[in-house]
Amino acid sequence: MTETSERSGVYSGVNGNDHGSAIWWIVAAPSVWAAHFLASYLTAAIFCAKFADSDRSAGEVQMAVMAYTVLAMVILAGVGWVGYRRHQSGHDGGPHDGDTRADQRRLVGLSTFLLSCLSAVATVFTALVLYFVGTCH
Amino acid sequence: MNADEFSDASGDDRLDASAKRLLDAWRTPTRWRYWSAVNNSEVGLWYVVASFTFFLFGGILALLMRIQLAIPDNDFLTADQYNQIFTMHGSVMMFLFAVPILEAISILLLPEMLGARDLPFPRLSAYGFWCFVIGGVFVCGSIFFGVAPEGGWFMYPPMTTEYQTGVGVDIWLLGLSFIEVASIAAAVELIVGVLKCRPPGMQLNLIPLYAWYILVVAVMILFAFPPLIAGDLLMELQRSLDWPFFDASRGGDPMLWQHLFWIFGHPEVYIVFLPSIALIAMIVPTFARTPMVGYGWIVLAAVGTGFLSFGLWVHHMFTTGLPAISIGIFSAASQAVAIPTGIQLFCFIATLLIGRVTKSVCLLFTLGGLATFIIGGLTGVMVAVAPFDYQAHDTYFIVGHLHYVLIGGTIFPIVAGVYYYYPAVTGKQLSERLGRYAFWSMLIGFNVSFFPMHLSGLLGMPRRVYTYPAELEVMTLNLISTVGAFVLAIGFVIFLFDVLRSKKNQPLAPRNVWNAGTLEWLAEVPDKPWGVRSIPIVTSRYPLWDQEGFVEDVDAGHFYLPDAEEGLRETLVTSVVDAEPIQCLRVPGPTFLTHFAAIFTGGVFILSTYHWYSAAAISGLFAFITILTWLWTGTAWIPEKQDKDVGRGVTLPIYVSGSKAVGWWAMFITMLGDMTAFISLVFGYFFYWTTHDDFPPDGSTGPGWIWPAVALLMIAIGYVATLAARKWNRQNHAAGFYAAIVCGVVCSLGGAAAVLYGPFTHHMDPTAHVYPAIVWVLTGWTALHVVLGVVMHVYCAARRAAGRMTARCDADIVNVTLYWHFLLLTTAITCLVIAGFPMVAR
Repeated sequence: MTETSERSGVYSGVNGNDHGSAIWWIVAAPSVWAAHFLASYLTAAIFCAKFADSDRSAGEVQMAVMAYTVLAMVILAGVGWVGYRRHQSGHDGGPHDGDTRADQRRLVGLSTFLLSCLSAVATVFTALVLYFVGTCH
Repeated sequence: MNADEFSDASGDDRLDASAKRLLDAWRTPTRWRYWSAVNNSEVGLWYVVASFTFFLFGGILALLMRIQLAIPDNDFLTADQYNQIFTMHGSVMMFLFAVPILEAISILLLPEMLGARDLPFPRLSAYGFWCFVIGGVFVCGSIFFGVAPEGGWFMYPPMTTEYQTGVGVDIWLLGLSFIEVASIAAAVELIVGVLKCRPPGMQLNLIPLYAWYILVVAVMILFAFPPLIAGDLLMELQRSLDWPFFDASRGGDPMLWQHLFWIFGHPEVYIVFLPSIALIAMIVPTFARTPMVGYGWIVLAAVGTGFLSFGLWVHHMFTTGLPAISIGIFSAASQAVAIPTGIQLFCFIATLLIGRVTKSVCLLFTLGGLATFIIGGLTGVMVAVAPFDYQAHDTYFIVGHLHYVLIGGTIFPIVAGVYYYYPAVTGKQLSERLGRYAFWSMLIGFNVSFFPMHLSGLLGMPRRVYTYPAELEVMTLNLISTVGAFVLAIGFVIFLFDVLRSKKNQPLAPRNVWNAGTLEWLAEVPDKPWGVRSIPIVTSRYPLWDQEGFVEDVDAGHFYLPDAEEGLRETLVTSVVDAEPIQCLRVPGPTFLTHFAAIFTGGVFILSTYHWYSAAAISGLFAFITILTWLWTGTAWIPEKQDKDVGRGVTLPIYVSGSKAVGWWAMFITMLGDMTAFISLVFGYFFYWTTHDDFPPDGSTGPGWIWPAVALLMIAIGYVATLAARKWNRQNHAAGFYAAIVCGVVCSLGGAAAVLYGPFTHHMDPTAHVYPAIVWVLTGWTALHVVLGVVMHVYCAARRAAGRMTARCDADIVNVTLYWHFLLLTTAITCLVIAGFPMVAR
């Protein structure tokens, strides 16, 4: 692996091993939202189709989604923390638009952090539905 | 950057030897051979022109509808004609304009933005384009014979399966499935392009925002289109073979179609909206004369919108009687998607606020588009509230909402993009004065046309009905809408005139006419076919603004690949994250193979429409032979030397295989899409289980567990044989390699037969009930993929025998192995579901 110098981009040509799996951090948080969303929807849909009578509450679904939500929020908090730390590392405070590895890492960190915030809000939205809607019909 | 200097058009004789060689390698073919071009600048331009032609066609259909609706009880069109016209209007605008235009603009501009000479698979782009043209003409042509589809762009069964027995629905299903081939081809091309063909140094935080958006959109296409393809397959099987997937009397369920359609259909609207927003993200910094504010926030917005848009599909189905919990969950996600959508708009506004804005028509269309889109977004938040949607569903309120978001969010930015990029593509500028006339005519016409629809919808005017009674008291509103539609059309006519008028006497535009900062403005005027004189090293988001002497260095050939010593077309491949150069990729040149491949592929779909199955099979055989020829002659060439000096003291390999190679990524991405279609079918199986008390039905036997288990075992052996073949090929152990291939072929074919024998031996009749039908679909899908895997085995053996694959140059077998990973997963899922689930369910 070659180190790129700060300004001039000198490449030796025998290289190509990327630093870290940066791109996966970006999609980590929304994937957690997606998993939570899908799990909540499938649980509710299958329960309502297979186990619910017209007058029966969906308490089991509410409990299940509560558990999914706690789990999802813990993971999101972890991902967000990692992202925030990377965004803050080196405290440059700028728009992370330099051509250094450090700046790339900070930018990916910032996007990861912001996406975990968005995913947390969307996850809470889903959970709130279960809080307010207690029956299938 | 000196905007006044531009190169001389007839400067060929002033070029040095290396530039001449480069020009020769990239020269566009002339006369009738021009149509064999595959370079992104030609294919992209054709794509744009074709998409806009379909757009005009769809627009004329819209005007016909507005004439019919101008007064109550009008008889300008019959009900039948009206149904065909609104169906075609929706289908054409969505499938033949909105999605293709994003692919077109991306194919045309993305390589320029990335300083690449071409996309990694130029022939794939060309193939996709010709598929699109053939399919589009076929689908549009049906309306002139009065046999166009009449089911709306969403084609709901049972209407389309029980009540519309004509050829129209088949034209829609098969014609548009064929066009989706082009969409998925473009998605593969664009994902690999953004990930692997960036210039050295363009790491993740320096990528132009357009490329971020296109990456997200292409991934969305990959996961959104396959469910529709799966749905098309099921519906076509019901229409042609009477397998009852959507027939409730035999255990089917029309709701499955709605799920599959909207799992595609909702991401679809974001697929067409995000690329237009991406154009805005390029235009705004240029005219604000300042870098985009909140780059990281825009990445969040693009990725966040991409994800959340997959959680909205049921909001099209609020009135279908789903459980309240499900409706609530999708309502919540529909509200949440407003957050990332809003964030990017704030970033644009902030950029304009802190910059020194220069007036231009591009900015007018941008701001007009944003304002219109925001209104549409707000009505969208209204209809995301389920109780309100119960009232507004299927009324003109929805028509108003969707046109505000689509015209504001998609069309206006595209027009802005045309004004912005026209000089880069043609070397001439469009008229600012005509542009202003067009803009105000469009903006006023649009609002006058579509705003009253919200009101007529709230007054109870239903969609998709060819007329309305005077008692509904919506005549005035409709008349206003019709007048507005024609004013909007006048705006488009002005725009079109401006684009098409002869500019022979107009001087050439200066190079980088808007003084932008991104790489696509390196284009010389008039442009040279090589894309860039040399592939630059990028250290900034806006290299033309920030990098000292950048344009001069590029033009002087101081960067990479300034020469084509071997006379071949070459571009750089870089690593995914850090954009380090890893390969000098040779891309193929002009060919007519792609046309034949598209014609024969089209034949399969088009001939099937009329139930001429033997002719379709022959066409399929020709398509198969053509595509194999194309692969054999045009991919994975073994180069005359291993490495090449690409300039600046860097020597790169010419041939790589495995995860560094673009072909491997293309296979990986294609198979993700394929897997998504398969999972959609599996979803169907379990969907029937949730909607029926007895699924699998009592008394149904089969497919048993023995034959699926045998199939899984044999195909697993085929998989192991593939791994062994790859290994022995690498060790240059020829006998072992061929033995492994033979073993793989025999076991796999046995496995394919076994997986079909399960339902066959239990006499499962697919027309009797949906359970045998869905089992046959899953097994048939698996068997077909196994046969394809066997073809790949034979292909690899032939390649090695012909000396086109060696121990070191083994891309073919490596990519086939990747295919087999997915194939094993598909087989395992199929066998577990069809054999295991009946045991659990009982």
